[in-house]
Amino acid sequence: MMTIKRLIILLFIGTPFFTAGADEIKHGLQLFENNCSVCHGSKGQGGVGIPLSLPSFIDSVSDNYLRKSIRYGRPGRVMPSFNNLSDTEILAIVKYMRTWTGNKGRVFSNKQVKGNAKAGKKLFNQYCVSCHNAGGTGGVGTGVTFSRPRDAAIIAPSLNNPGFLSSAEDLFIKETLMEGRPGTPMMSYKAHGLSEQDINNLVKYIRNFEGGPYPYQAYDTDSAVIKVESPYTFEETLENVKGAILGKNFKLIRTQALNQGLVERGKENNKQMIVYFCNFNFLNRALAIDPRIGFFLPCRVTVVEQNGKVFIMSTNPLKLSNLFNNHELNEACKEMYDIYTELLEEASL
Amino acid sequence: MFTKGYLIRATFLISLLSASFFAQAEELIMSRVTQTFPETMVNLQSAIIKTGYKISRVQRVDIGLTKSGFKTDKYRVVFFGKPEEINMLSNNHIDLIPYLPLKISIFSENNETILISNNPLSFSGMYNDIPKAIFNRWRDDINTIFKLTKNAE
Repeated sequence: MMTIKRLIILLFIGTPFFTAGADEIKHGLQLFENNCSVCHGSKGQGGVGIPLSLPSFIDSVSDNYLRKSIRYGRPGRVMPSFNNLSDTEILAIVKYMRTWTGNKGRVFSNKQVKGNAKAGKKLFNQYCVSCHNAGGTGGVGTGVTFSRPRDAAIIAPSLNNPGFLSSAEDLFIKETLMEGRPGTPMMSYKAHGLSEQDINNLVKYIRNFEGGPYPYQAYDTDSAVIKVESPYTFEETLENVKGAILGKNFKLIRTQALNQGLVERGKENNKQMIVYFCNFNFLNRALAIDPRIGFFLPCRVTVVEQNGKVFIMSTNPLKLSNLFNNHELNEACKEMYDIYTELLEEASL
Repeated sequence: MFTKGYLIRATFLISLLSASFFAQAEELIMSRVTQTFPETMVNLQSAIIKTGYKISRVQRVDIGLTKSGFKTDKYRVVFFGKPEEINMLSNNHIDLIPYLPLKISIFSENNETILISNNPLSFSGMYNDIPKAIFNRWRDDINTIFKLTKNAE
């Protein structure tokens, strides 16, 4: 029998949800449009980001999980941390998201599940690794989008990600394993024959990722550009750059003055020349990893003469990789960094 | 007493909160427009001009990819700048040249369109000899361009 005191407490706790006013929902919608819709879709249907409005997702997670996920993001997995939003704003977004199905979020306590991590590891390697990868690093291909061919709408999340582990309660992970997530490849492992103890062991193993090394490291670089001085004349250096680009199996796209198209024809500064080039195979691979990188396309090297000195310059892809919070992109950026460095060295040898 | 598990979690959370080297939401400026690519492209170019810039050219990334046999939806990069400002900055701060002129990428996603640019402020710390006000204004102008494009829906 519920006591009056408990009833009052429950009513008090429940009040914020039931009294989420139209203004708060509207505010949440605006915030969602400004901060989330670009990746998750205008109605949460997914895009670069996961489909948040999928009923089997939104109805199975707690408000706490959503709030923390927004606050912490997923380091190295595209979703940034929204430190620019206040707690009130994040709550408004969550309340707006609840309108998609009209259902309240689940509530999970912080109770830790008791299990055997060693036994859990064995089960993880047997049942989970094919999607979540060894060590729970997650499926490959964050950053997929409808603009490019895609094999799956949902990439298996990275279970060892600090943002996930700090947001997900043990009991939430347990329930996801027990019930699965209809509409996604995540199956119910209870239906698949695992016992509750097996699932507890899996939860314990996943939780133990917290004690492991930080999974992703951003590049530490102080320079926004790669720059070398050329011992050749401006014209010779420009030809050297083109030759080096072709030697690297890239296609020359165009050579133009920096201010071409901005100033009257004939008044361009021809001592500031940009050479644009591309390897479409590399480009396609990079866009498949993260379609957002386009504003650093195509590849370019700039040759500049100033005060009698000739310089060859490019952006520093290691600096750029840090903008995207996508560890898969880091490898492509490192590859591009090496290519730029070699190009600049070859052209100035 | 705190258990070992709680201590690990607390340490983990502190390290996550202090992981400032990971990308924050402000590193990129992004917007989803609920109009098709052709309409959005027209509105974007109009917004760039209204904000006081000149478009220097449009790179058709999708055309190159398609010609090379890859599948892609519409994907372009719009280059823009203010002639006097580009001349002044490129003459006085050559290390900024690889980032000039400013750029916005625009690509189609089903019947909607995505706009993306980097937040110029992300680089301001690497150019201490350039007034931060310039980077601030570029950020504000890109935000304005995105708002004008979105509001033209």
